Amino acid sequence: MGIRFLLNGEPRDVEAAPTVTLLDWLREEARLTGTKEGCNEGDCGACTVMVTDADGTSRALNACILFMGQLEGRAVRTVEGIAGPGGALHPVQEAMVAHHGSQCGFCTPGFVVSMAVAHLNGRRDHDDQLAGNLCRCTGYAPIVRAAEAAADAPVPDWMRADAEALGDPAFTFPKIRSSGATPAAVPTSSDALAEWYAAHPDATLIAGATDVGLWVTKGLRDLAPVAFLNRCADLTGIAADQDSIRIGAMTSLTEVGAYFTDRHPSLAGMIRRYGSVQVRNAATIGGNIANGSPIGDSPPALIALGATLHLRKGEARRDMPLEAFFLDYGKQDRAPGEFVEAISVPVQPDRLACYKLSKRFDQDISAVCGCFNVTVEEGVVVAARIAFGGMAGVPKRAAAVEAALVDRPWSLETVTAAQARFAEDFTPLSDMRASAAYRLRAAEGMLMRYFRESRGEAVSVLEVRA
Amino acid sequence: MSVSKPLPHDAAPLHVTGQARYVDDIPVPWDCLHLAFGTSRIARGRIAAMDLGPVRAAPGVVMVLSGADFDVIPDCSPSAHDEPLVSDGTIHYAGQPLFLVVADSHLRARKAAALAVIDYEEEAPILTVEEALAANSRFEEGPRVYAKGDVEAALAKAPRVIEGRIEVGGQEHFYLEGQAALALPQEGGDMVVHSSSQHPTEIQHKVADALGLPMNAVRVEVRRMGGGFGGKESQGNHLAIACAVAAARTGRPAKMRYDRDDDFVITGKRHDIRVDYRVGVDGEGRLLAADFTHYMRCGWSMDLSLPVADRAMLHADNAYDLPSCRITSHRLKTNHQSATAYRGFGGPQGMVGIERVMDHVAHALGRDPLEVRRLNYYPEAPVESAGDRIFGKMKEGKRLETADLAGRGAMKVKETAGRGERFGAAHSPVTAGVKEGVTPYGMKVEDFILHALTDRLAEGCDYAGRRAAIAEWNAAQPVLKRGIALTPVKFGISFTLTHLNQAGALVHVYQDGSIHMNHGGTEMGQGLFQKVAQVAAHRFGVGMDRVKITATDTGKVPNTSATAASSGSDLNGMAVKAACDEIRSRIAGVVAPELQAEPGEVVFEGGMVRAGGAEMPFEEAVAKTYMARVSLSATGFYKTPKIEWDRIAGRGRPFFYFAYGAACSEVVIDTLTGENRILRTDIIHDCGASLNPALDIGQIEGGFVQGAGWLTTEELVWDGKGRLRTHAPSTYKIPACSDRPEVFNVALWDGANREETIYRSKAVGEPPFMLGISVLMALGDACAACGPQYPDLQAPATAEAVLAAVDRARGA
Repeated sequence: MGIRFLLNGEPRDVEAAPTVTLLDWLREEARLTGTKEGCNEGDCGACTVMVTDADGTSRALNACILFMGQLEGRAVRTVEGIAGPGGALHPVQEAMVAHHGSQCGFCTPGFVVSMAVAHLNGRRDHDDQLAGNLCRCTGYAPIVRAAEAAADAPVPDWMRADAEALGDPAFTFPKIRSSGATPAAVPTSSDALAEWYAAHPDATLIAGATDVGLWVTKGLRDLAPVAFLNRCADLTGIAADQDSIRIGAMTSLTEVGAYFTDRHPSLAGMIRRYGSVQVRNAATIGGNIANGSPIGDSPPALIALGATLHLRKGEARRDMPLEAFFLDYGKQDRAPGEFVEAISVPVQPDRLACYKLSKRFDQDISAVCGCFNVTVEEGVVVAARIAFGGMAGVPKRAAAVEAALVDRPWSLETVTAAQARFAEDFTPLSDMRASAAYRLRAAEGMLMRYFRESRGEAVSVLEVRA
Repeated sequence: MSVSKPLPHDAAPLHVTGQARYVDDIPVPWDCLHLAFGTSRIARGRIAAMDLGPVRAAPGVVMVLSGADFDVIPDCSPSAHDEPLVSDGTIHYAGQPLFLVVADSHLRARKAAALAVIDYEEEAPILTVEEALAANSRFEEGPRVYAKGDVEAALAKAPRVIEGRIEVGGQEHFYLEGQAALALPQEGGDMVVHSSSQHPTEIQHKVADALGLPMNAVRVEVRRMGGGFGGKESQGNHLAIACAVAAARTGRPAKMRYDRDDDFVITGKRHDIRVDYRVGVDGEGRLLAADFTHYMRCGWSMDLSLPVADRAMLHADNAYDLPSCRITSHRLKTNHQSATAYRGFGGPQGMVGIERVMDHVAHALGRDPLEVRRLNYYPEAPVESAGDRIFGKMKEGKRLETADLAGRGAMKVKETAGRGERFGAAHSPVTAGVKEGVTPYGMKVEDFILHALTDRLAEGCDYAGRRAAIAEWNAAQPVLKRGIALTPVKFGISFTLTHLNQAGALVHVYQDGSIHMNHGGTEMGQGLFQKVAQVAAHRFGVGMDRVKITATDTGKVPNTSATAASSGSDLNGMAVKAACDEIRSRIAGVVAPELQAEPGEVVFEGGMVRAGGAEMPFEEAVAKTYMARVSLSATGFYKTPKIEWDRIAGRGRPFFYFAYGAACSEVVIDTLTGENRILRTDIIHDCGASLNPALDIGQIEGGFVQGAGWLTTEELVWDGKGRLRTHAPSTYKIPACSDRPEVFNVALWDGANREETIYRSKAVGEPPFMLGISVLMALGDACAACGPQYPDLQAPATAEAVLAAVDRARGA
């Protein structure tokens, strides 16, 4: 297909198969080898590039799981474009040299791009901004020192050039010269998608590609036909009235996390640990639901909040409680040609706590993700929605535990008794992330944590300082 | 003066702009071929039938090579000739290369490799320690045993015997740049190879072997690696050989890089270990006898396992003077990836064993673990005895402070330290409290500085005050518990294979006064090239801008040792110094008459060549030397003095000197889930007189975090059929940015090396890795706060392992 985008400020018009990754294209076609392949699955950040949208938003993305077909109309800036005209170093580059932030140097281009994007966006939460960049040499301390040292430097002009170019009404890409020999659908609305997908029910829909990307880079699959959903503007965004919050399927996890910071801070805190900046910038809420993973982190939280899923096929729409969508491992209540259009969450007082348990705190897949939403009135539990990921073949409510809580006093005794019911709700597996026995223990522990937290006790290792 | 300056890494400006070139970034001719291995899905058995037709028919495939395509399958082993490039029909681990695909792109080679149709004759793999022992599946004829004194007699007499076991997992290197090689065929059958390798000479040797060529027909170049950590000491052989074979057969350039999952599944990792221990102690925690048994799963081939296991034995004492000791080491042959070199090379595994013992003894006796550690330290070596007359900064007073601070055990520490200083006194090795300052392998510890270093660290980070505060805090917390531990490191510096302790260098000075520097060391991020360039600039008294750092090249410096064992700057720094000094003396010989001085009076400094009151610019002196028809090129050579070692007997002086350090870490655990964080770490580490404090601190910070990762989140999981389930960063978790200690203080010890190393510096690559042991011990301390029993925390201390230890502490 023909794809037009800005590369380090220069308009490019390229012919590429839709699911060639930007990383492979940069290194093999464009001969820009500064962007490195570390893992080819979006976990190490060595391939981080800056991508700017027409709305002027610049974000860090992993080029290894970013398909060329997703780039139409956007601007890409690689490490080669982070230094200014004439080779002037960006402040984060100067700081990385001065503070000894590189050793072997292989992860460094990715760090530099992540740091430059964070610097552009005024972000100073360095640990979060750099959670998606792995370094094996430095132990990170000098890199964070460099980020801190550069934080107050002005943003260089050239870092704003992409947003300015795309935002200029006079700017247009040259006409596509290429033939589009390998076609891909790039619908620009939900209606267009619905029509196309109904006609191509065996197609692969590509939202953020943080999962589908691996089908190509690791599964070595040829995906065809495909549709890229990133230009469906009406599938993106969050709208709320006094009863309900509706989240478009193509809303990124970054946006979801930001939205819930005030309404449900624990959900926002959990999303902060969902993937990395690069992954959250790409991954969508609809994708995280539709792929049906038993270890996706947003479904348990949304189930605990009582979310409703909105599906669409052609002109037909239907709704269901989110938990009903997950039928069995790898099997969802979704017909061929049907897609997730949105998810909505009832407006409610915040009682939600989300506990993500993983081997590593940041950028890791949950061994267990427990989400608790318990309503206590006058000391008695009147409602409980408790959902877990990682405990079964699907994201699932803890019905027996909920039943053991409801209509009982919110007390240590009730909670202790309810802990014993987890074994009725779940028969988890042992795998490389955790053993079955530990998963059960951890789930019980999370309920106790929720109880103790509600009593104002210190329960989070993240809040302890030396 | 260039030496000792905290200069940035020489390539830092290239790193940050993306211009630093790694193997896969080298522009290649248009007809370059790309390689991928097809690998075994089973851990043990035979190939019953293998249909490679679909592979050959796949788009872009140029050639497919299996064992049948070789008269003799090229060998990739660095030791025992037991690693055929592709299977000879037998299968020894899941991930073993079975055939080689040569195609016109990397992706097409990978896709084609997945298309083989293979029938396996599967056999039951040997996976566990128990299975290997039952089958007597091992390297060497039986266990190696190093012993000192009569350990059984000492155990029998000891007031108290403490036993236990710790299992410590292996570790994937996770160098950010995966393994990679590129072979460029030359005229007459010669081969040039670019390899991401710590050992270019080994690559040259193995490629020459594979091609049936003499070594002089193969030239290997290594500009830099994107991380090595030991994982590129031998594990790059396969790729380089594969590329050379494909290039030789096709006449086209050939490149191979492992996809990350392939890298995990094919290459070796750190050896895991089980340490069984039985120690006899007196009432205060002094070790009278220690009996260690090491079980190391070495994987399917020998690789470097013997010296790795040896080094584990050589660090079973760490910083502690053991009156009697026995270390028994089993090197087990199992159906896994062949475990290989990894930063510390067995040392960390051995060291964890005795640090665990210190922790266990302290718990059993109800004593502060640091007191027990100090009580057992080797005696502080007086400066005089080490023959150090120049840099003796260690004051006797420091050591006495140790005693003052040590509380109840103070006087004992002082006494034993005092007695121990009388080297050569006739002490029975089983007499309580007597310290000879001699390791279990018979080497005198002549440079021990840990008493003073520990004092300074403990005072500086307020170990005692925080320990008390933590106990108080823990008593008030139902869910969260904190822990603290201070652990030392004593790490032996030199290759234990004595002949490897040699290095060469080649230095040219051009007519314009610019300097071309080359040596046998490789750059993997540690800053070796910069440190050695600082030596060269310093010898010639010129600025760093004069010194061109060049790629390691077997055509310039031959017969090199691997850049390993932390030896890079010790060996190559000295070799470069020798080459520089040779050229210096030639220049001095030429210009001395003009300066009206003897050659011996000529000095090189500030860009000038001086003698008496006269001077001339360096480049002028160089030009005069050229005009005088005197060579401005020289080789340099160095071999480490004083070392001799009998690895069978376990006797001798394997190490030129020891590097020291200590770390104090504080952690917090969640007793509901086992989740944990490092809150603070303070480190003092000994780099001697640092060649470059900035680069050395970088090694310490990075080494610590890597060591902490090994013992916490980095868990390798194989399934029951021997297949590695953690084969990508999605499942194998190295530390991320927020995993470093939130408060992280690193300082250099300010003493010089007592041995005559390059500018009295000390090696720094590996020793700081073991500072990470403090985190494991701090986690154990936090678990111990949960109940009266010994928590027996195993490693890696994942959240799951921590929760299990909490249960044990509670007696649950």
